[in-house]
Amino acid sequence: MNAISPTLAKMHGRKVTVHYGSKQALFDVDLDVPERMVTALIGPSGCGKSTFLRCLNRMNDVIDGCKVGGEITLDGQDIYDPKLDVVMLRARIGMVFQKPNPFPKSIYDNVAYGPRIHGMAGTKGELDEIVRGSLEKAGLWKEVKERLDQPGTGLSGGQQQRLCIARAIAVSPEVILMDEPCSALDPIATAKIEELIDELRENFTIVIVTHSMQQAARVSQKTAFFHLGQLIEWGDTEQIFTSPKDERTQGYITGRFG
Amino acid sequence: MMPQKAPDHIVKSFDDELRKLREQILAMGGRAEAQLADAITALAKRDSDKAVRVIESDKGIDAIEMTVAQDSLKILALRQPMAKDLREVVAAIKISSDIERIGDYAKNIAKRTLQLNQQAPLKPTGSIPRMGDLAIKLISAVLSAYANDDADGLIAAWRSDESIDEMYNSLFRELLTYMMEDPRNIGASTHLLFIAKNIERIGDHATNIAETVHFLVHGKPIDETRPKGDTTNVAING
Ligand SMILES: Nc1ncnc2c1ncn2[C@@H]1O[C@H](COP(=O)(O)OP(=O)(O)OP(=O)(O)O)[C@@H](O)[C@H]1O
Ligand SMILES: [Mg+2]
Repeated sequence: MNAISPTLAKMHGRKVTVHYGSKQALFDVDLDVPERMVTALIGPSGCGKSTFLRCLNRMNDVIDGCKVGGEITLDGQDIYDPKLDVVMLRARIGMVFQKPNPFPKSIYDNVAYGPRIHGMAGTKGELDEIVRGSLEKAGLWKEVKERLDQPGTGLSGGQQQRLCIARAIAVSPEVILMDEPCSALDPIATAKIEELIDELRENFTIVIVTHSMQQAARVSQKTAFFHLGQLIEWGDTEQIFTSPKDERTQGYITGRFG
Repeated sequence: MMPQKAPDHIVKSFDDELRKLREQILAMGGRAEAQLADAITALAKRDSDKAVRVIESDKGIDAIEMTVAQDSLKILALRQPMAKDLREVVAAIKISSDIERIGDYAKNIAKRTLQLNQQAPLKPTGSIPRMGDLAIKLISAVLSAYANDDADGLIAAWRSDESIDEMYNSLFRELLTYMMEDPRNIGASTHLLFIAKNIERIGDHATNIAETVHFLVHGKPIDETRPKGDTTNVAING
């Protein structure tokens, strides 16, 4: 596999395996996540994309019977080190899910939640700034600034997803994981999220799972193709979509899977 | 390497569309090849009727190119092809435009033949058919490589373009001598020179097609696989 050098990789997976009980879902995955780039994970349903994504911020820890093996590092540090504070880790590696899941709280509180529990703001004014900045970065500020006290659940699907992105950004993570963030959105809302991802790439490292080949092609610089729990091929997005090396990749992205 | 025959698409009509695209291009290429052959025969036999038919038939090639362009655009917009499929569509657009140019050059040869037939015959007319044959063989080799999705035979064909270039260079010198010998030869010689140049350009377009087919099949430019220092296997010979 064409692994890049560890110093360039923000995150670094080596021989990552995952078992759900006795069922093995990932087999020796070696994948690097380069810094300030968008890495897209693609592959047929059930191939292990979400499983791999959850390994990156230890979300699998909360799943009963789930065992993760191998090594995953963030800036060279082992994230499965028992001494590591998982809450801190998840502040550094944020996550956005397939279905927008705002808390049943106000728009303001949705974004302020993380900074509050991490004690990131000393004063109300500082917190206001963080909320405003995050909503701006998520491209939602203009639409919600007049109604910050209203419930986040009252927003449209696309707005809710951007709210969830704002919530993820609010704690200044270094890496943002997104699992099919646009699957519930219309083309315009999707385009806005994609534009946002492109902007976020300046400051954040992003890993996105998507079922849309076009979306992977549009937003990512690196693409990884998974199949039956294995990482089949990984490389520059352009190469994967014009001249994939493995015939399974070719079969999947051209819609020929038998 | 990828297998020669990829399995069918889950969406069957996509396969039909891609197949139709290839068929159109092969039909178009076959026509251009025939047009060139006819243009050369018209020149060699001083057959003005044939030359006129070549000029008129060029419209047919242009029409296919339009259809290919429209169909390709439709596939790009509606299927959003990826990987080999994407290369297939891009190759179709490129190859059809090369073939269209080849058709234009054949037409131009026929037009000049009409002019030449008004004048006394010149000797070098004889070496032009040989050059033309080489170009026809080259076109037919690249088209069959395209038809079979097989780039292996291409390198040899690709190199035979060098022989066309060499023939052009020597014809150029020969015609220059004629013109210097007798200024009355200048008119006919100039036509022959342009005809030779047209054939040389046709060779270039056929070479482009060879490169496109290689990219289509292997997903990378021909340069990377060109065998170095191998001069034994030069020609598809003429
Ligand atoms: N909580 C779980 N318990 C048991 N098995 C699981 C669990 N989550 C996932 N799996 C299994 O692990 C494999 C990989 O699942 P995963 O959700 O990672 O796939 P995916 O590539 O994200 O699929 P999709 O595109 O459908 O979201 C599947 O076979 C799935 O059934
Ligand atoms: Mg999933």
